[in-house]
Amino acid sequence: MSECCANKGEPSLVTIGSNKRNSKTRLWLPLLLIPVFVLLYIYLERGTDYLVYSLLSMDRNSHLTEAVRFFIFEVPKVLLLLTAIVFVVGIIRSYFSPEKTRRALEGKPLFLGNIMASALGIVTPFCSCSAIPLFIGFVESGIPLGVTFSFLIAAPMINEVALVLLFGLFGWKTAFLYASTGLLIAISAGWVIGKLKLERFVEAWVYEIKAAELKIAESETPFSERIEAGYTAVADIVSKVWIYIAIGIAVGAGVHGYVPENFMASLMGKSAWWSVPLAVLIGVPLYSNAAGIIPIVQALLEKGASLGTSLAFMMSVIGLSFPEMIILKKVIKLPLILIFIGVVASGIMVVGFLFNLIY
Amino acid sequence: MEIKVLGPGCSNCQKVEKLVRETVSEAGVAADIEKVSDIMRIAKYGVLSTPAVVVDGEVKSVGKIPKKEEILAWIGK
Repeated sequence: MSECCANKGEPSLVTIGSNKRNSKTRLWLPLLLIPVFVLLYIYLERGTDYLVYSLLSMDRNSHLTEAVRFFIFEVPKVLLLLTAIVFVVGIIRSYFSPEKTRRALEGKPLFLGNIMASALGIVTPFCSCSAIPLFIGFVESGIPLGVTFSFLIAAPMINEVALVLLFGLFGWKTAFLYASTGLLIAISAGWVIGKLKLERFVEAWVYEIKAAELKIAESETPFSERIEAGYTAVADIVSKVWIYIAIGIAVGAGVHGYVPENFMASLMGKSAWWSVPLAVLIGVPLYSNAAGIIPIVQALLEKGASLGTSLAFMMSVIGLSFPEMIILKKVIKLPLILIFIGVVASGIMVVGFLFNLIY
Repeated sequence: MEIKVLGPGCSNCQKVEKLVRETVSEAGVAADIEKVSDIMRIAKYGVLSTPAVVVDGEVKSVGKIPKKEEILAWIGK
């Protein structure tokens, strides 16, 4: 879901110039910060309790206290996790690029191609504003349409911000479920689209463009530059999403403290079978980032919403975005866009029903 | 010299255009700088990610904000 064009690589404009002087420090700082992060993370709950109950001497049993405590504890916790993970992911992503991914996918048969494209979709730096050049580049070099779609589904759906929030607020099991079922949806939806032979719905000019062969000398990237990529990712992503996280958790805290237990059971509970398709129906046109939506869904889950319905809702909000459809409309015709939405939405619904059945 | 900045109009593409313009004028090089936002034209260069910088028909960088030193090297400074 990275909303930018450059997630990898060089320092942003602001930091240019000031880098050289303290580059040594910047290399070692992350290592030095690890124990600080761990300690902060461990003592955060105790610190929050001390602040809320002792310093602010708030009443232990009031809804307001509960909401305030939730907010003061969760926001720094999630931001700590996010900063650490985004930094590491930034370094990992510097090893990948759309060009390398294309080379890896060229000549791969449908099913294997779908698996690889989905997996690579998670780690390849990608933003929706590059979706068109990427789509054209993939299709032109002979990568099947279905494989290309696997990439385009996995890339926004499984992203580090969503995973950090799921891990921090729901726990590792839900984060793992989200990532693995998201991967399965990307693989199978892409495979289905490939089997349907929909090439005729791609605008003809896409096949006619004779794109120049891209030749850029790939010089060895020193590790210090990859560390810089980590810093850039933190500066880019954390600065953009922290506000949504804070707002999302604030709303979540309100729900947490004030909405009665089981309030959501009739609406988003598992006894209401229609809740899954309804969640998807609402989720697809709703365009919000993971950072804002996940904390709210977490709060709803506590009030009786079921896991399957919640997962389906989050996936359809994060995975299928309206702006991306509009961008893709330039290269593919409406029927293919509708089939794309339909196939992915069906996959999400299957996941929703499945988890409502199991849990 | 002809420099093209390829990008459909996201914030990083604008940053690159600004950086290229600044660097070129600081270096005192006479160059024709154009921002290309037409998808078809961008695709023709074979780039998969934007922003990209093309100097005299040669793609120099893709999917990142180049460093000032890199731009200076491309324009022969």
